[in-house]
Amino acid sequence: MKFSFTSEQEEFRSILRRFLEGKSPTKEVRRLMETDGGWDRDAWKKINQEIGLTAVAIPEAYGGQGFGCSELCIVLEEAGRTVLCAPLFASTFAAYTILDAGDEAQKKALLPGIASGETVATVAFTEESGNWDPESVRMTATAAGGGYKLDGVKSFVIDGHTADLIVVLARTAQGLSLFTVRGDAAGLQRKLLKTIDTTRKLAKLTFTAVDATPLGPVGGAAAPFARTLTRAAVCLANEMVGVAEKLRESALDYAKMRMQFGRPIASFQSMKHKQADMLVDVEMAKSAAYYAAAAVDDGDSDLPAIASLAKASASDAVLQTAIHTIQIHGGIGFTWDNDSHLWFKRAKSSEVMLGDAAYHRELMMRRWAA
Amino acid sequence: MTEINEASVRAEVRAWLETNWNPALGLVEWRNKLCDSGWGAPHWPKEWYGRDLPVGLVPVVDEEFARIGAVGVAKAGIRTLAAATILAHGSTLHKEKFLRRILTGEDTWCQLFSEPGSGSDLAGAVTRADLKGNKWVINGQKVWNTSAHKAHWGLLLARSDWDARKHKGLTYFIIDMKQPGVQVHPLKQMNGHASFNQVFFTDAIVEPEFMIENTGDGWTVATTTLMHERRGADGMRSLASGGGRQGRIYEEEKAEIATTMEPYKWYPQRAGRVDLVMGRARETGAIDDPVVRQEIAKLLIMSKSAEWTARRARTAQEQGRPQGPEGSLGKLIASHVARAAARVHTSITGAASLLSGEDGPLNGTIAEILISVPACSIAGGTDEIQRNIISERVLKMPKEPSVDAEKPFRDVPRNITSAAS
Repeated sequence: MKFSFTSEQEEFRSILRRFLEGKSPTKEVRRLMETDGGWDRDAWKKINQEIGLTAVAIPEAYGGQGFGCSELCIVLEEAGRTVLCAPLFASTFAAYTILDAGDEAQKKALLPGIASGETVATVAFTEESGNWDPESVRMTATAAGGGYKLDGVKSFVIDGHTADLIVVLARTAQGLSLFTVRGDAAGLQRKLLKTIDTTRKLAKLTFTAVDATPLGPVGGAAAPFARTLTRAAVCLANEMVGVAEKLRESALDYAKMRMQFGRPIASFQSMKHKQADMLVDVEMAKSAAYYAAAAVDDGDSDLPAIASLAKASASDAVLQTAIHTIQIHGGIGFTWDNDSHLWFKRAKSSEVMLGDAAYHRELMMRRWAA
Repeated sequence: MTEINEASVRAEVRAWLETNWNPALGLVEWRNKLCDSGWGAPHWPKEWYGRDLPVGLVPVVDEEFARIGAVGVAKAGIRTLAAATILAHGSTLHKEKFLRRILTGEDTWCQLFSEPGSGSDLAGAVTRADLKGNKWVINGQKVWNTSAHKAHWGLLLARSDWDARKHKGLTYFIIDMKQPGVQVHPLKQMNGHASFNQVFFTDAIVEPEFMIENTGDGWTVATTTLMHERRGADGMRSLASGGGRQGRIYEEEKAEIATTMEPYKWYPQRAGRVDLVMGRARETGAIDDPVVRQEIAKLLIMSKSAEWTARRARTAQEQGRPQGPEGSLGKLIASHVARAAARVHTSITGAASLLSGEDGPLNGTIAEILISVPACSIAGGTDEIQRNIISERVLKMPKEPSVDAEKPFRDVPRNITSAAS
């Protein structure tokens, strides 16, 4: 499998980098993270009109651009670099869920809005237990008058308090099933959670007899949603290596500029060796993330293990890089005014999101040790 | 003149091989034909056994050799470094005397750079070269010299001027290893193998015409040798013998490769043998231990990511794009992988990790891993030096202030050895 980027992909990356650096300077990140919503609806629409972010991997038949996971992952990596405050990951996750589980009519109805940025969507599958395994889901969906009603609590839902469309994983008599619910549905109570990482908001959603529409066959969600989670892990890993690389670069720039004992601290071997180790960590995680994205596009049968490998690798690398970056900045790195903590906190939240390194290592081993 | 391209080269080499290839010939006899035709080292200059072929077209020639089953010139061992150094810096006399016998495999070579007192700091060499009358007289000691006990010739870096600055007082020589003043002793390693030698010089003689370039140019010439050593490090490990082919010439080639590769037989263990991990974990039941599983997973993630990082670098190179930082990390990553593998093998093996030889698992292979892995982060540039190289060349971080490079070498503090001036 080839997984080096083509010159077209590299060009796409450099255009995106310039674009996102313009749209998401840290001043804007700091403004948005202080708001309850966490992102700006007009700005998000405009970004999607100008360049199209969620549209990248949605097929053209459903209003998207029809590129692969590799291109989408370039978008996510670049968004990670700027800790873009936008419902990009949530909408991507939801779009993949709809693609994996929905029928043709549902895809036609739901995806174009997500592709254009008009509809902000998310996936609610984790509950208060914080268990990332879909089998742990307790929320029930009961058939009522030709439709379904949802009862229970979802938590750790990314952008759950602001999303227009929520894809919900629940249990029916037939087994795990997916449903779609409107963000303003009656009986749905949405609460913004206080979180470490305010650049990506999480919500708790309490459902009391909320009307829900099945997405795909009722009772048939386990297999398609497992595929979705695999791809979501690959996407998140790629976003994370963008965060990690930006952290590494900022630590390097600072070390070259910071003078102590009459010389730049970058000239001390302790700093040089740390930076070399950081480069190794980040490049290894990048290789795994890129390989996993290529494995999605190639339909590699070993994808679930590769995806978990990439997520585990990214989880360890991004957090370690963030820790080193704060350390290299010294006292200033621990201040609110210094930007390092924006990436540190995104690193921390992404490390845990969708399962931490140990969780994904175990998933990988279940595949490879069998 | 017709244009040289893949098709023209392929046609030409194929026609030549079809006329000339004869497995009944002796190895040296056949290789002399290769030297005369230029097909043995086609990227070398026309006047020196080559055809001035662009390096990018050499694989085409290799493919045609492989297709017909033809044996190539001698490629294994230090002789390739000698050839590269002589081609770049040698005199006409050096080229005439040495290049053909390098290609035919008649001469073997060794490298005489490292010393007990200068490992990472190669330019701190203190082996003396003194011009007495019309000859260079060499005194001192070298170490880590692969195949020196078999070598006819050595590539020697020695100090000829103690008043010059460190890098300016070195001179590069070709030394005849078969003389009374050169004594070679095997160096036994902590894993029991003796893949390297120590070489002692006591008034050993170098004829003046066997100096490469001029006095004081030694470091520049050594840099060429080292550059080729780094490039070749991966290629050598993949060197394969003639497979199952029958015939005198194949037997001769096989013997040559076996001799050259003998010092490297424990190298797979040095790299940690990640390939054995899953099998061992299943066999011992350690696969069901959640703690060991995590450690195995960490190792596999590292090893896979290392493989993909190397592939990423290679693909970029093949596409003619500049390599990113991923191209400079392989050596350091390999030692991380090796160390992690040794830890995991220990966890998997438990008490039996204490046993070696026929009492140990896999007839001592696990034990050999555990006592060979430390070499991985030392040989060919320590991890610490790798980190310096990465931080200075890739990350463009400033060098540490130097305390030795600008003063006469005589005044530089250094290790005490018998050869010190």
